[in-house]
Amino acid sequence: MSYQGQFRIWRGDGPEGTLVDYDIEVNEGEVVLDVIHRLQATAAPDLAVRWNCKAGKCGSCSAEINGRPRLLCMTRMSTFTEGETITVTPLRTFPIQRDLVTDVSFNYTKARQVPSFAPPPELKPGEYRMQQIDVERSQEFRKCIECFLCQDVCHVVRDHEDNKEAFSGPRFLMRIAELDMHPLDVADRKQTAQADHGLGRCNITKCCTEVCPEHIKITDNALIPLKERVVDRRYDPLVWLGSKISRRKGA
Amino acid sequence: MTNIERHSYDVVVIGAGGAGLRAAIEAREHNLRTAIVCKSLFGKAHTVMAEGGIAAAMGNVNSKDSWQVHFRDTMRGGKFLNHPRMAELHAKEAPQRVWELETYGALFDRTKDGRISQRNFGGHEYPRLAHVGDRTGLELIRTLQQKIVSLQQEDEREFGDGEARLKVFAECTVTDLLTDDGAIAGAFGYWRESGRFLVFEAPAVILATGGIGKSFKVTSNSWEYTGDGHALALRAGGRLVNMEFVQFHPTGMVWPPSVKGILVTESVRGDGGVLRNSEGRRFMFEYVPPVFRGQYADTEEEADRWYTDPDDNKRPPELLPRDEVARAINTEVKEGRGSPHGGVFLDVSTRLPAEEIIKRLPSMHHQFKELADVDITAEPMEVGPTCHYVMGGVEVDPDSTAAVGVTGLFAAGEVAGGMHGSNRLGGNSLSDLLVFGRRAGAGAAAYVAGLGEGRPACAETDVEHAAALAVAPFDADAGDAGENPYTLHTELQQTMNDLVGIIRRGPELTDALDVLAGMAKRVAAVTVRGHRQYNPGWHLALDLRNMVLVSDAVARAAQAREESRGGHTREDFPGMNPDWRGVNLICRLAGDGLSVTVTRQPVPAIDPDLFELFDPAELSKYFTAGELSGGPDTDNHDHEGREQA
Repeated sequence: MSYQGQFRIWRGDGPEGTLVDYDIEVNEGEVVLDVIHRLQATAAPDLAVRWNCKAGKCGSCSAEINGRPRLLCMTRMSTFTEGETITVTPLRTFPIQRDLVTDVSFNYTKARQVPSFAPPPELKPGEYRMQQIDVERSQEFRKCIECFLCQDVCHVVRDHEDNKEAFSGPRFLMRIAELDMHPLDVADRKQTAQADHGLGRCNITKCCTEVCPEHIKITDNALIPLKERVVDRRYDPLVWLGSKISRRKGA
Repeated sequence: MTNIERHSYDVVVIGAGGAGLRAAIEAREHNLRTAIVCKSLFGKAHTVMAEGGIAAAMGNVNSKDSWQVHFRDTMRGGKFLNHPRMAELHAKEAPQRVWELETYGALFDRTKDGRISQRNFGGHEYPRLAHVGDRTGLELIRTLQQKIVSLQQEDEREFGDGEARLKVFAECTVTDLLTDDGAIAGAFGYWRESGRFLVFEAPAVILATGGIGKSFKVTSNSWEYTGDGHALALRAGGRLVNMEFVQFHPTGMVWPPSVKGILVTESVRGDGGVLRNSEGRRFMFEYVPPVFRGQYADTEEEADRWYTDPDDNKRPPELLPRDEVARAINTEVKEGRGSPHGGVFLDVSTRLPAEEIIKRLPSMHHQFKELADVDITAEPMEVGPTCHYVMGGVEVDPDSTAAVGVTGLFAAGEVAGGMHGSNRLGGNSLSDLLVFGRRAGAGAAAYVAGLGEGRPACAETDVEHAAALAVAPFDADAGDAGENPYTLHTELQQTMNDLVGIIRRGPELTDALDVLAGMAKRVAAVTVRGHRQYNPGWHLALDLRNMVLVSDAVARAAQAREESRGGHTREDFPGMNPDWRGVNLICRLAGDGLSVTVTRQPVPAIDPDLFELFDPAELSKYFTAGELSGGPDTDNHDHEGREQA
């Protein structure tokens, strides 16, 4: 069962571009990426799009479909009506390189600023012992496929370019939460979350959670608990007093 | 040429999957200035698609496991065509490589006593696969990626430059290796985004480019799997071994058409899922081959008891090695007992409670729900064989991973051959990446350390030649008469699927070689529209050159091997032939540069003490009487003595 679908796709060699209309065959069971591939093989051989696994596992084919951040490979054509025009545009938060491809280097820069996993120095390979229930909290966040849809949708950076310096976005705040909840990580990450990565700028509107293709509860399970830990640390009078009078090495 | 970027490194790693990243970590820890070059963004490599786990005989779940048992399973799975030294190193070192991942921050699923949990998988005698639900590959790639970041942070602190000793060149494709008198001098490539050319000057190159699946129509592989490393090695003077062995994973999705081929993890069967035909029968009991009869259950009752009592019962036949299961499904479908969309039924819904399925197989649950409207906790999946993995690859020295025939070239992971023989066991890929990735990094470091001051030099004429080849598809003169790369690619995939697929026949392989010879010429006539900035048509045009050459190697080796073994099934030569057991087929680039020649070479012998791990009755099914009577050394070609020209 196939029909002619109507698509409007952003085309352009850089920041400047335009929406171009295409009429293209759509078949039963297809996803938006299939239709884009058919366009490449026919009317638009140089249409630039990122993709890899085509199974929702690598997080490459992120774009905005009718204005909503989605994976092209996981958006089924059956979710649209046959007469509907489907608009595909690049991620708005990042600079456009060409067509649907954006420069996502912001995310790689932020990744490099998160202090790495810090295991107890005396623990040798093979000696790690952790309970399943304790690893599950961080495991949820490690489901992240780094599609950067949460980074794209987060209004702290989506609408405010100048916030990019001070705000690492949901993906990397979640990474800090992941390390903070790692049963064997010994680093204190509350200070860096707040001071270096802008945790305070998140006002928990949950947009990131809504677009996450892995259904990770970014806000509820990562960002809010991290905020609570930061608050505990900063405002607990005993902690405050302890930090002033008994700061010992290794304490 | 002045408009070409130049970079100078000690080692260039091509590919940023598990093998490439592990190699880069090792090279960097040996203090080499290391470049990682990858076609996709950092962290998107095909390794993320690996689902089931990493095979390593840690013995956490069953303490009877040991590296010797793992070695034995690997050799059995590969039907004794594996390079025994590679299988030995792999089995011995895999546990260390897994434990090391924990020090990088990996979070595997746990046993009750807090150690790494291990699951059952096809062909593995004991529960052996370290895993994270069914997304182990993602965990592996992210862990290695984050380790790379931590090394860059060290450099940032030490040198004020995070990329001082380790830099990732993402979305960058290498099209040619540059050599100087048979030794690696560097590599030539282009930035996908800008189309700009770049030259890496480096005395050592590690190939970690993965496989070749994109030459087949139904495949679990992504667009990146175009056999780049295989072709680069051939053109640089290297050799490929075992290329006739292509693994068709028994369970790929079959519907809807757009997802046909996407992998359904073997863990579904490892955790209790069963295969049924349209008559509702668990047909795998009818397909246990004589060599495996002693290890697999005869009845459903015994098979079902095995999940809770593996010591006193034989394994379910659904967990036979992949080649056996894939052929069985193929036969069921062909004989008219298939599912509505041309597969068979894989059912876990009647075997485990829904919440347990969602916990153990979350990404399968997600994938079927989102892409096929199938709830795997309530109904069976439809599955069929899909091109998944190539056992064949660059012939290497097992200990250093140095490519035979090219000084300074190394290869690890799927692009290397020999480790898996004629068929790879599930879970042995991720461990292969880590074990031989690390060895490649160390091997390259030892080679570079021994070089001294004089390094091979890139010849300007070679650079110019590579640049000319790369821009050839923009031939304005051809106009609309040129070949469309997408059309040619589709034809190639159809040809390989139809003529060099899961079941092969001599005359069809001859036809395939004719078609491929024509295609090799047509590749030169491919033209693309537009300019060099992020132009997928152009990228495909350049990848096609590699795909057609490597397809020729697969077809030619498949034509030469007149028996059926592992990932190579000849309808006209059914069954294993012990005379072929000792034969490796070696592909070299032919004089025309567009095809390969095939020669025979003995399979390296198994060390006598490892030979004793096997029951003589079992060995008699694989080896010739002469080989057995005189012991394993009678073929007089142990790995030390192999030609290393």
